[in-house]
Amino acid sequence: MAPIPWLSLLVFFPLVAAVLIAIMPAGAHKPIRLWATLAALAEFVFSIPLWWRIAPGQAGFQFEEKLDWIPAIGAQYHLGVDGVSGLLALLTTFTTLIAVLGAWTSVEKRSREFFALVLALEAGMLGTFFCLDLLLFYVFWEAMLIPMYLLIGVWGGQRRVYAAVKFFLYTMAGSVLMLVAILSLWFMQKEMSGIPTFDLHAFYQLPISPDRQFWLFLAFAFAFAIKVPMFPLHTWLPDAHVEAPTAGSVILAAVLLKMGTYGFLRFAMPMFPNALLVCAPWIAWLSIIGIVYGALVAMVQPDLKKLVAYSSVSHMGFAMLGLMAMNAQGFAGSMMTMLNHGVSTGALFLLVGVIYERRHTRKIADFGGLWKVIPVYSVIFLVVMLSSVGLPGTNGFIGEFLVLLGAFKHNVWWAVVAATGVILSACYMLWMFQRVVFGPVTHEENQKLTDLSFRERLVFAPLLLLVFWMGVAPQPFLDRMQPTLDRVLQMTNDRAQVLAEMAAPQPAPVAASLVMPAPAEQGGAR
Amino acid sequence: MNLPMLWIIPALPLAAVALNLLFGDRLGKKGTSFLACGAVGLAFAAAIRAVLTLAARSPEERQMVETAWTWFRVGDFSADVSFLLDPLSAIMVLVVTGVGFLIHIYSIGYMAEDPSFRRFFLYLNLFMFAMLTLVLADNYLLMFVGWEGVGLCSYLLIGFWHEKQSATDAGKKAFIVNRIGDFGFLLGVMFLIAWTGSVNYERVFAAAPHLFVAGGSIITLATILLFVGATGKSAQIPLFVWLPDAMEGPTPVSALIHAATMVTAGVYMVVRSHVLFEMAPATLEVVAVIGAATALMAATIGLVQNDIKRVLAYSTVSQLGYMFFACGVGAFGAGIFHVMTHAFFKALLFLGAGSVIYGMHHEQDMRKMGGLAGKMPITHLTMLLATIAIAGIPPFAGFWSKDEILAKAFATGHYGIFAAGLLGALMTAFYMFRLYVLTFRGKPRFEEHAAHGHADAHGHDAHAAHGAHDDHGHDHGHGGPVKESPWSMTVPLSILAVLSVAGGWVGIGKPFIHGESWMATWLEPVLGHGPHMKHLSAPAEFALMGLSVAVAAFGIFMAFRAYLQQPSIATAVRERFAGVHNALYNKYWVDEFYGAIAVTPIHQGAMRLWRFWDEKVVDGTVNGVGYVLEGVSALLRLFQTGYVGTYALFIAFGVLALFLHFLRS
Amino acid sequence: MIPVEWSLALSAVLFTIGVVGVLVRRNALVIFMSIELMLNAANLAFVAFARQQNSLDGQIFVFFVMTVAAAEVAVGLAIIVNVFRLRETVFVDEINLLKG
Repeated sequence: MAPIPWLSLLVFFPLVAAVLIAIMPAGAHKPIRLWATLAALAEFVFSIPLWWRIAPGQAGFQFEEKLDWIPAIGAQYHLGVDGVSGLLALLTTFTTLIAVLGAWTSVEKRSREFFALVLALEAGMLGTFFCLDLLLFYVFWEAMLIPMYLLIGVWGGQRRVYAAVKFFLYTMAGSVLMLVAILSLWFMQKEMSGIPTFDLHAFYQLPISPDRQFWLFLAFAFAFAIKVPMFPLHTWLPDAHVEAPTAGSVILAAVLLKMGTYGFLRFAMPMFPNALLVCAPWIAWLSIIGIVYGALVAMVQPDLKKLVAYSSVSHMGFAMLGLMAMNAQGFAGSMMTMLNHGVSTGALFLLVGVIYERRHTRKIADFGGLWKVIPVYSVIFLVVMLSSVGLPGTNGFIGEFLVLLGAFKHNVWWAVVAATGVILSACYMLWMFQRVVFGPVTHEENQKLTDLSFRERLVFAPLLLLVFWMGVAPQPFLDRMQPTLDRVLQMTNDRAQVLAEMAAPQPAPVAASLVMPAPAEQGGAR
Repeated sequence: MNLPMLWIIPALPLAAVALNLLFGDRLGKKGTSFLACGAVGLAFAAAIRAVLTLAARSPEERQMVETAWTWFRVGDFSADVSFLLDPLSAIMVLVVTGVGFLIHIYSIGYMAEDPSFRRFFLYLNLFMFAMLTLVLADNYLLMFVGWEGVGLCSYLLIGFWHEKQSATDAGKKAFIVNRIGDFGFLLGVMFLIAWTGSVNYERVFAAAPHLFVAGGSIITLATILLFVGATGKSAQIPLFVWLPDAMEGPTPVSALIHAATMVTAGVYMVVRSHVLFEMAPATLEVVAVIGAATALMAATIGLVQNDIKRVLAYSTVSQLGYMFFACGVGAFGAGIFHVMTHAFFKALLFLGAGSVIYGMHHEQDMRKMGGLAGKMPITHLTMLLATIAIAGIPPFAGFWSKDEILAKAFATGHYGIFAAGLLGALMTAFYMFRLYVLTFRGKPRFEEHAAHGHADAHGHDAHAAHGAHDDHGHDHGHGGPVKESPWSMTVPLSILAVLSVAGGWVGIGKPFIHGESWMATWLEPVLGHGPHMKHLSAPAEFALMGLSVAVAAFGIFMAFRAYLQQPSIATAVRERFAGVHNALYNKYWVDEFYGAIAVTPIHQGAMRLWRFWDEKVVDGTVNGVGYVLEGVSALLRLFQTGYVGTYALFIAFGVLALFLHFLRS
Repeated sequence: MIPVEWSLALSAVLFTIGVVGVLVRRNALVIFMSIELMLNAANLAFVAFARQQNSLDGQIFVFFVMTVAAAEVAVGLAIIVNVFRLRETVFVDEINLLKG
């Protein structure tokens, strides 16, 4: 165990900060937002060493902390970090900082509670990424819901209560099934070894027969698929995004959705590899439908936030597709897409928030000709829009390309159909951009819009930096995630083989298909 | 220090972009133009130095590779940011930087009074960066960066006057149609990666003969997909529809992007991949047929257009078709040769047209021009030279390249394509001289000194009102005297005119000189001799030349006759074949067709998908679960009356039921 | 000696009166008294059985019941008084705040 429980500090510092902010005097809006920003900044600075300290060559968990939590049932307080969770944790602390800074002027009502909840949410998210004990994971996973529920329900738009309840119940419905599966695993583990534990490492070793895996996998997959969200479990997302305050949307898009794909990568896939083999084509096709469907539906949205929400469905479809491709490029692409989506979509929501704050409308039709009035804003919007479209040289391209490449290697048709999403994304984004930014100023109210303030520029500057950094030189990011991804891939493949052999004396043919054979010479189009 | 420094060529314009972005507001117009043109000029100089270094080497060693950094590496796949200079990219890089530099200079004059002067040069420099990345990349993925980058700049520059609906529509259309092509390109590259494991040209081409069966389905599919990308970028059937609309952009943009450089990227890519295309004869046939069909179709449309820039746009599409069918018949060198000469004369034509438009105070309708020869002497002379060049009259540049293409088509036995090319040449000569005659000869069909009303000047589609912040047109007033353009515009015109005359001489080959042309020799290290090029005899070559010159001369004669001497002929023909004219004038209704089969159905389908499927079915199911639970609860709550008596009654019944239960057992 | 059946019959009659009273009366105080009646019916049964079995257990239970009943009266009356203060009625069919 590390001498300083660094991860615990990372998890609980925001929580402590949240409590401290919650007991500040209610009316003191300015000091509250200042201290909240300082706390988020401090947290981000604390987390930056993750970038260096996660040694690029190392695949396993680092900085592990282990304490008994409920010894009677073997639940432990067990934290650890590897390349994947480390990068996502960095994304979390970064996004929270950006979101808090972005919410300075947009939240006037009950700002004390607002900032406290955002920080509490950060603690929940970091805990979810770091924990290596499934019961603890479940606790963090559910704990995350509460602040988000309140953020939507209290600071949201017109139909905030509907959206908040929908978000809460929908996610809850999925995770309850996951809880059942976790308990089932616990009983199996206890039966096998006699030692009750929720430890992830133990579950990684657990021999589960393929048909039993199937149901457990479905339970986990259901919970994660809702969170991703995968088609057709996505309808909570547009509602939640539209109603949530800007900071909530940013965090929701940038981090919360990643919980789903992270869950697949960390839990569902390596624990139930044989079930994965059976389900992967279905999940992949659902993801592809999600890519195309999200893009098509995004095209006709009259509401900016809804458009971005549906584009999230499309982008997260790419992330899922990459995972289902089960090869190095697909995994890396998926992970890059997660990070990219966090940056680009987070930025898009912030941009929508900026004009919403000024005009109190999100209708595309209420804008037009913004370039003339607020050029700096428009240029930033342009760059972010292009990164979302996946223009080479921006971050979006790397993720999409790698996912498509991975998918192509697995099944050509996956890539062919998914790549149409690339065309459609250009359609809906450019059309939206044209209606919002180009053209003459059609609404008198827009004449008086003010361009980005210094604080807002400060918010967007690091996002733009990331857009180009990850697009031009993504290798530092890839170096950090790849050992972990390789390990997950390896583990999943090995386990699939072992478990299949255990189930049947002869090597099962399914297991072999996981490993992509070298392309056969002139085999015709597969 | 490493001397050649290829990466500096694209880096210079990029640096100018960055500087313009950061300090542009302090530079003023002079500083901005100095920065922008200086960067491109330096890039041109750097390109010349690099090419000279290259040329100094022996032919087999004419290849320079510079790796800047590893872009990304995942598993067994890696892509580098790495640049390649070989004879092929040398030609492209010289054309791009050279013509680009001239057009930058020209733009100083043309855009002088535009309030968005700085933004214009920012985009233009960004375009140079992307285009140079495209041609200098040493792998398909980096090429794709440039490929999409030029698409982006094209989008931004077409929609440069962004308050004009038609301009932003055209920009969007260009980007999306290009994306459709890019979809094919990307999948084609993935085929290459899946089979050869690399995107690097050298490795792909080295591995291809071992991994693919020549003429096999995989290589055919992969090359077809690459060609889909080329049809998007280079405006071929079926994706040519964006280019004519792209004329919404400022004229220097049309010259640089939509005539001289970007649109030829598809040709460059096909020539660059000639190793792959040569292994797929079926694809080559497709390329040839598409190229010839495009050349012919665009030429027919060009016959009847009245907007000076639209005529040139269709002419560009048509000429690009020539380049593709050159590639399709295996004459890749001829294709690149035509890319080069076309860059000279078409850039000149566009710039000349820009000069005319400038002089005419933003009039683009040729029906309202005429007789400009005396008023704009330099523009007139240079335009005439370019028109002769494109018509294919020796010894002008266009003749050599077009003749080589036609000869190669004939030599390889593609007689149908040869005939189409010849017919296209006839029409090219005709519509180009129609343009020339309508613009410069005859009597002026406009009123000088009389301020035209807005409705008159802005009535037609091409340059509809951009509102109050319009470009310079408003600043020096409508309807001032028609005068020659400033030197910053005429000097580039003159230089390009020289190139339009002499630029083709590097390709003078077989029947005139002993041995291969200088051009073919230069490209040989890259392209080889071409696998199945049988040479025609000298008399046959001369006969073909005579034929094509005769055809061109006939076209020119017809144009003069129909539009200068006896304008009634044109009217009569138009009335006689009203149906054909209508079809041509409306561009065969291709836009409407695409709208009906793709745009509208997708949009309506998406609408239905959202309104019905997403809101009613998917979300309806979700909410339905909630409603069902609510209904069950509503039933159950009936038991909850709130009256103590009711509860007592339930208890009594319960006790009674228990009592009975125990009594029975 | 009175047979145990008689006592039980009386107890049953009292209990039934109590039940019916609870069910049909509207005045909370009367319902309360009916509940007491039911308790006392039970007490009577306890005593009767204690007598028959010659055991003190039943009688002890009666004390428990009486204690509970006393406590219940104390709490219950307090509630009724409070309800009357708030709603100015002790008729149970006018008190239905718990309606779902």
